[in-house]
Amino acid sequence: MTQHTTETPATPQLLSGNEAVALAALHTQVALGVGYPGTPSTEILEHFGTLGGKARWSPNEKVALEVGIGVAYGKARALVTMKHVGLNVAADPLFTVAYTGVDGALILAVADDPGMASSQNEQDTRYYARAAGVPMLEPASSQEAYDAFFEAVAISETFQRPVILRLSTRVCHSRTTVVPREPVTAPAPAFQRDIPKRVMIPAYARPAHRRMRQALQAVGEHFEQSDLNREFPGEDRRLGIITSGVATVHAAEAAPDLPMLQLTTTWPLPLERIRRFAQSVERCIVIEEGDPILLNDLNAAGIPATGKPEMYRFGELNVERVTRILNGDTRPETEPPKGRPPELCAGCPHRISFAALRELDCIVAGDIGCYTLGVLSPFEAMDTCVCMGASIGVGLGLRHVLPEDEATRVVSVLGDSTFMHSGITGILEMVYNRPPTGHVVLVLDNGITAMTGMQEHPGSGRLLDRGPAHRVDIAELGRAMGLDEVIEVDANDVKHNFAELLRDVLGRRTLALIVVKKPCLLLQRQLRRDAKATAASPQGK
Amino acid sequence: MTPTTNIVLSGLGGQGVLTASGILAQAAIIAGFDVKTSEVHGMSQRGGSVRSDVRFGPNLTRTSPMVPEGGADYIVLLEDDQLPTVAHALSPEGIVVARAHIDGIALPNPRSRNVAILGALSRHLDNRITAAHFAQAIARVLPAKLHEANLSAFSLGREHANFAQSHTP
Repeated sequence: MTQHTTETPATPQLLSGNEAVALAALHTQVALGVGYPGTPSTEILEHFGTLGGKARWSPNEKVALEVGIGVAYGKARALVTMKHVGLNVAADPLFTVAYTGVDGALILAVADDPGMASSQNEQDTRYYARAAGVPMLEPASSQEAYDAFFEAVAISETFQRPVILRLSTRVCHSRTTVVPREPVTAPAPAFQRDIPKRVMIPAYARPAHRRMRQALQAVGEHFEQSDLNREFPGEDRRLGIITSGVATVHAAEAAPDLPMLQLTTTWPLPLERIRRFAQSVERCIVIEEGDPILLNDLNAAGIPATGKPEMYRFGELNVERVTRILNGDTRPETEPPKGRPPELCAGCPHRISFAALRELDCIVAGDIGCYTLGVLSPFEAMDTCVCMGASIGVGLGLRHVLPEDEATRVVSVLGDSTFMHSGITGILEMVYNRPPTGHVVLVLDNGITAMTGMQEHPGSGRLLDRGPAHRVDIAELGRAMGLDEVIEVDANDVKHNFAELLRDVLGRRTLALIVVKKPCLLLQRQLRRDAKATAASPQGK
Repeated sequence: MTPTTNIVLSGLGGQGVLTASGILAQAAIIAGFDVKTSEVHGMSQRGGSVRSDVRFGPNLTRTSPMVPEGGADYIVLLEDDQLPTVAHALSPEGIVVARAHIDGIALPNPRSRNVAILGALSRHLDNRITAAHFAQAIARVLPAKLHEANLSAFSLGREHANFAQSHTP
């Protein structure tokens, strides 16, 4: 659902955190937004595009970040969006652009999913700021996300550093009011040759590492004064709360009268500011979602503070859990009743494939997407799911070691968007290091990134705004890489005999790619709506 | 404590839970309140349970976007059998507005059932958000071609909701 809002500055708007980031990107004249879809980050780029910003989906987060680096080397402003696990994919360029620095602005909006509403792990992006040496800001609401983005752009340009804007589910997908500011103008893009700055051969990288640490030091001093960090008074000075991100509002509601220091600039930490706060109260408690990262850093800096019992490391925080933490309550929590689990839609083209995989008792190396739902009843036809693209490598590994009667039942299953993201290198491994029993990869090609809500990709033939684009053909790609056989089938045509087809292919012990094609039902509906809108439009657009 | 109104909307993916919460939140803004909403996207889109929280009051700057356990003044059910999944959110004095309350009302478009239930809910909110605020919110949130059907669904739900049927957990 899109809200029909006006863009006049100073009109309060009800925006999700994702929409607020997009609006801030528009108001700071971000030249290009790039990313790969992933809950809860997806709507940032989509909304940026809707608002008129230049937004593009990349094949994966690594490429997206590299494009963003190029934009920022060209003195323009870049927004790169991804979910937490996407930053693992983009980590390689991140750790080195941290050395080179940038000329324009490079803002990574990275969304964590504590509690794993729609993710395979609940890793904490705050570690990356520390590991890579990249400044980080953590907003607690849409207004704060909007304001923090402006600050991120300013820091990125002033200190020539990439900046991570760390979001989380309840910031991304909560709607709160935002009062926009006057837009700011961006400098004109230009490239200034500076070889030692950007060519990271060891001789140039050694001084670059030192420059990075000096810059971080300067950013840290700047953060000591930042008014993005807020202190809330409290009469009773026996206990003070130090917090950041969405935990701030849970804590404020749980204990509105306690003194509180809310940190928005969370790397480098404004340690002196924190120390002053800690000295103003008898005792400090750190309320943070996820791992005890802030707590450990404060303790390492000699700031006495306690944290939460281990049980609250897992899952999201909320008002009740913060109350329990403040009371030292470690009694077991009652699990809320489970709702109805999601399932593959009635008539979903993936159903045929999972019915066959189950019938043949295949060992299924699965992947990330709608089709991961094939693990649930009634199919229960998936044996592994690790990360984007892992189906192929994991399947190959199993083929290499399992006894023959088991190895010949191993099938790797992934979707078209996941294939574009990380499947192609898996196929390279397959043709290069051939298992003795061959291998079968099944691409469930529904023509879209469906799980996250119909995002385009290089194989869909459309751009983010659904305008036309070159369409990469998965089957042709498979043939070009040298697979023994590539079979394309229409899901409608193999409705009744797909198990037979799969059994035959498995029996041949070849290196085989089977592409099962049929557009996602939701995509078909959306394309019909688009066509109707185009026909109705006087411009015929 | 600030007088915050807490509402939890519950249903299944595809029933318009998020659209309904968007309209409710917008109506609260138009009525002059500060508003926060919270929901979880993703896997829930595939027919699974969907919950959206809406909170409004004079100033929610230091308020969580999620309705605390036992803090919901109203639970709005687009699918009545979802009640057990959200019942723990209801406050002891809380009220459940259920699909059963508007059953039997002939709607111009069955897809606007979510808005008809908002109509039923609006009867309980008259001292905070008026029907006119809701009408403005519908016009603001939904595309123009859906205005008529949804304004009509809202009015039908508001006028004909039958609260005789009890829905207390």
